[in-house]
Amino acid sequence: MSDIYIVPIELEDHSYLETLEKFIFNTFHLKTIRREIKINLQDTFDQNRVQYNSSLILRQLITSPPPDAEKILGVLDVDLFIPILTFVFGEAQLKGIGAVVSTQRLHNRFYGLPENREVTTDRLLKEAVHELGHTFGLVHCLQPKCVMNSSTYVENIDQKSAELCPLCQKSIKIEKSRSANKGFQFPWWGKKQ
Amino acid sequence: MKPEEIGILIVDDEASVRDSLYQWFMADGYRVGTADDAISALKKLQENPWDIILLDIKMPGMDGIELQHRIKEIDRNIVTIIITAYASVDTAIKALKDGAFDYVTKPIDPDDLSRLIRNAIEKRKLVTENIQLRQQIEELMLPDEVVGESPAIKKVMETVNTVAKTDSTVMILGESGTGKELIARAIHSRSARRYFPIITINCGAYPEGLLESELFGHEKGSFTGAMYRRKGKLEMADKGTLFLDEIGNISEKMQMDLLRVIETKKFTRLGGDKTIDVDFRVISATNKDLEKAIKEESFREDLYYRLNVFSIVLPPLRERRTDIPLIAKYFLSKYAESMNKKVTSFSPQAMEMFTEYDWPGNIREVRNVVERALVVAKGNQIQVDDLSFPFPSPPRPSGGESLEEVEKEQILKILNQTKGNIAQAAEILKISRLTLYNKIEKYHLRKDDLNKHYS
Repeated sequence: MSDIYIVPIELEDHSYLETLEKFIFNTFHLKTIRREIKINLQDTFDQNRVQYNSSLILRQLITSPPPDAEKILGVLDVDLFIPILTFVFGEAQLKGIGAVVSTQRLHNRFYGLPENREVTTDRLLKEAVHELGHTFGLVHCLQPKCVMNSSTYVENIDQKSAELCPLCQKSIKIEKSRSANKGFQFPWWGKKQ
Repeated sequence: MKPEEIGILIVDDEASVRDSLYQWFMADGYRVGTADDAISALKKLQENPWDIILLDIKMPGMDGIELQHRIKEIDRNIVTIIITAYASVDTAIKALKDGAFDYVTKPIDPDDLSRLIRNAIEKRKLVTENIQLRQQIEELMLPDEVVGESPAIKKVMETVNTVAKTDSTVMILGESGTGKELIARAIHSRSARRYFPIITINCGAYPEGLLESELFGHEKGSFTGAMYRRKGKLEMADKGTLFLDEIGNISEKMQMDLLRVIETKKFTRLGGDKTIDVDFRVISATNKDLEKAIKEESFREDLYYRLNVFSIVLPPLRERRTDIPLIAKYFLSKYAESMNKKVTSFSPQAMEMFTEYDWPGNIREVRNVVERALVVAKGNQIQVDDLSFPFPSPPRPSGGESLEEVEKEQILKILNQTKGNIAQAAEILKISRLTLYNKIEKYHLRKDDLNKHYS
């Protein structure tokens, strides 16, 4: 069985990863494996923008993927950009293998608000599933609550759910019965809906 | 519009910009293309249609502004967005003046880019809708087809095409139901005035005072009940065509007033003192013999000549019987579609009744009979039982009135009986085979005509 590799790159707080892995397993029904992969972040740093180029990080991440890797998700907490945009929350290869997601702009403290760990976790789960969804070939969904709905600012992320809508599930052939909750509860976004 | 129906082309010499925009738009589900310079962008434009083009202002060779010029020459409705590394008011103004939808500087805020593309799609959608609506209007403006292959109707259509290009008055003469208004609309829709209205006024339908008010309009209080100022049909027809139906029914005073308006193209509203200039073309129609009316002094000769620079005489349907099947089929398919019925043809016997009948009400009567038959028809063919003629006429002995027509019809009938056997037919007709051959040649009869001459 192929696996989803979760790769912490520059990540101060690894405690988010356990929840993330469980949630990804529940969404895509693929085993997750946590693995370190050597990434030279310095090469991706843009001195003028004081940001990291996510495309270059992604390129390094997928250079030599493990043979059993179905997907590789890099998780980090530095500020990411792609050349044409001021920032990105993450980046993925459409119908590819790799994706990266950053927690930098998911923290409330980035916007001068009191930090809230539950909110950050909720946002990370959504962004990680969203980017992985792209690697499964999903494009942005027009359903406002679907996790594949495009988010260009952080409030957008809060407005959508962490779940794929039935149409997106169908597109990547996740059966509804299999996606039924297997006993793992996520009270933070369960409360919000 | 679904995202996959929208094509976005990115033109930038920087690979990283092209790639990141490519990924971004692909994730939205759009059809995305990239080009690294103006030349390959123009090539991509020939290969595929694009709705939105994002182009970098600074590129080696042809720059973004020049490229935008070329794009607009190819398709001025493509939405172009200029992207640049350095904001400069001069270039922004130039780009926008040259028809750019927007102008953005790199790097772009993701939310701004998202909104920009949404707005660009909205603009493209409106432009496309506008083009489609214009086409629909043009199609709607084309009146019902003038159906017929007979020499008589072909001659009418030739005259229609000739007079449509001019601004002269036209008088359409013909029995009731021959399609006089259809011809008037055909002239209007082929004329330079087609984008302006054609205003029809049935002169026979109004009492004199009312007709005057209908045509000239009136000022508030000009007569009892004139509560508001009202524009007349003459004003409504400005730059278009005024179609005066049943012109033979107007009073002498009205004839005089009309003559003055047609000559001067000026009039005043009833009860008003302001002279209004109008520019219209007059087409009139009548089923009356106006020359006789002139002799009886009930119609002004000067108005008659003013209205009758060209005249078009519409033959009654019984004088162009070959067109009856075509007209009947035209109405059949038209009404079958609007009634959503799957009736596709007439039974041979029903069609024979159509061609035999005299149609005193002309095309209007055909339309009514077909419409009624469609309502009652069962199955996919109109049968004799479905037909109901308001003025039944006795069946005519032959297909035509002249000796030649009678002869042709008789030869066809006998050939049908003998299933095309010349020797047998000649014997029945009591003429030699050679004479029969000569007559077949004379009337251009073919084997195909057998059993089909009514269909």
